[in-house]
Amino acid sequence: MSDEDQDIILADLDDDELVQQMFDDLYDGLKEEIEEGVNILLSRDWPPYRVLTEALVGGMTIVGQDFRDGILFVPEVLLAANAMKGGMAILKPLLAETGAPRVGGMVIGTVKGDIHDIGKNLVGMMMEGAGFEVADIGINNSVESYLAAIEEHKPEILGMSALLTTTMPYMKVVIDTMIEQGIRDDYIILVGGAPLNEEFGKAIGADAYCRDAAVAVETAKEHVARKHNKAAAG
Amino acid sequence: MLPDDKTLTEQGLAPEGRGRMLLIACGALAREILALKALNNWDYMDLTCLPANLHLYPERITEAVENGVLKHRAAYQNIFVVYADCGTGGLLQAKCAELGVEMVAGPHCYSFFEGNEAFAELDDEITAFYLTDFLVKQFDAFVWKPMGLHKHPELRDMIFGNYTKLVYQAQTLDPALKAKAKNCAERLGLAFEYRFTGYGDLATTLKAQSKKPD
Ligand code: B12
Repeated sequence: MSDEDQDIILADLDDDELVQQMFDDLYDGLKEEIEEGVNILLSRDWPPYRVLTEALVGGMTIVGQDFRDGILFVPEVLLAANAMKGGMAILKPLLAETGAPRVGGMVIGTVKGDIHDIGKNLVGMMMEGAGFEVADIGINNSVESYLAAIEEHKPEILGMSALLTTTMPYMKVVIDTMIEQGIRDDYIILVGGAPLNEEFGKAIGADAYCRDAAVAVETAKEHVARKHNKAAAG
Repeated sequence: MLPDDKTLTEQGLAPEGRGRMLLIACGALAREILALKALNNWDYMDLTCLPANLHLYPERITEAVENGVLKHRAAYQNIFVVYADCGTGGLLQAKCAELGVEMVAGPHCYSFFEGNEAFAELDDEITAFYLTDFLVKQFDAFVWKPMGLHKHPELRDMIFGNYTKLVYQAQTLDPALKAKAKNCAERLGLAFEYRFTGYGDLATTLKAQSKKPD
């Protein structure tokens, strides 16, 4: 951090400048500054949902793009996610009170045998930021644990993550079990993780493969809208 | 002459330009391959390595290997790719098939050093973090720094919180390396386990290649 940055007094900035500054602070993983920025915007009567989408999700989208383009690596993403988490902790109770839009529900978890969770956590957080109710069931999930979670939370979307070539095939085991039980089509199934690709997603019968969190949010919104339209038409 | 580990990590290794068979390998395997080559007198095998740090960017491996094969194939009768899948999600295997070259079987080097079959049966080891000889030597360059722990030690538990032990899969008997591996485990807050694997399937795979007719 340069001296110049340290001299910036967030409360002196106008809204646009503050949001820009928050983008920078999120990029640099500065949790306290993000929390302060969130509180300032709230004190200026920004609705919590607007703070979340414009300042936090907006900033995190830039982080995601730069990770994808190889400009940022894992630690920067983790620090940014941490900072965003700080901001979200303030907003979450307020969002519940103010009746922010609920776009849909998602259960997300890493598959059995795999304990990579950074990407999965990021997707969960960005989905939450986009108005989804997210139940994160953690790492090393068996078929039984996925099924129990969708039974409990009744989400529109099931998300599975895998970072190992040896664990990606397990996604098919989950989907095949859902087909056997006749519940496959009750859910939108999204899959992701660095070694996966579009073709693999198709081959195992997922609804979509998403290469990053931003794509996951867009894809989820599209599919949920389609599902609702279908339900309305049928 | 084998360059130092830093060069193998960042730049790789150029072939000597001698021999009828070229191995295109990950820089992290250079020392092990040259040791096997010397042990077995495989003088006709030449070696070129891609930078080992591609490990952190598996989406770049397939293209880098393809470029290597295309660049060198005219000068050798046979090319063998000393990479496992390494997180390419099957793309490296598909590319090798397309190019008509073979590669090492298995998901990654931790698996083939242990022996792919034995590794697949270790399903009680999901919370293990593996280090090979190369990774012990290059722990700071491959783990500590890329994971940001030199600047942000507070990230350690976000990254390694789900892990319980560090398993050092030793290719060679080296007390100094063993001590260093133990120290790596301490730095990560993990229990330490030492396991001598030797060269595992790397040895058998290269031996099979060496028996190919000219
Ligand atoms: C960080 C990392 C680790 C960390 C994990 C920390 C953690 N808490 O997760 C540590 C260092 C501990 C680790 C351990 C291991 N790792 Co690792 N790891 C990586 C690395 C470098 C980055 C992964 C990452 O976190 N990326 C950052 C996030 C943001 O990106 P992402 O995960 O891709 O997620 C994005 C998208 O994929 C997508 N997405 C992800 N999940 C989902 C889910 C849904 C539903 C959707 C829609 C989208 C989506 O959106 C995300 C956000 O944009 C990769 C290499 C790489 N560059 O991918 C290797 C890599 C995945 N690891 C690998 C290996 C082999 C291991 C170990 C076995 C190594 C060892 N020495 O023991 C162990 C695994 C143990 C186990 N049982 O799981 C290999 C896998 C090789 C293979 N054949 O499969 C890789 C490819 C490295 C390599 N080339 O060898 N690893």
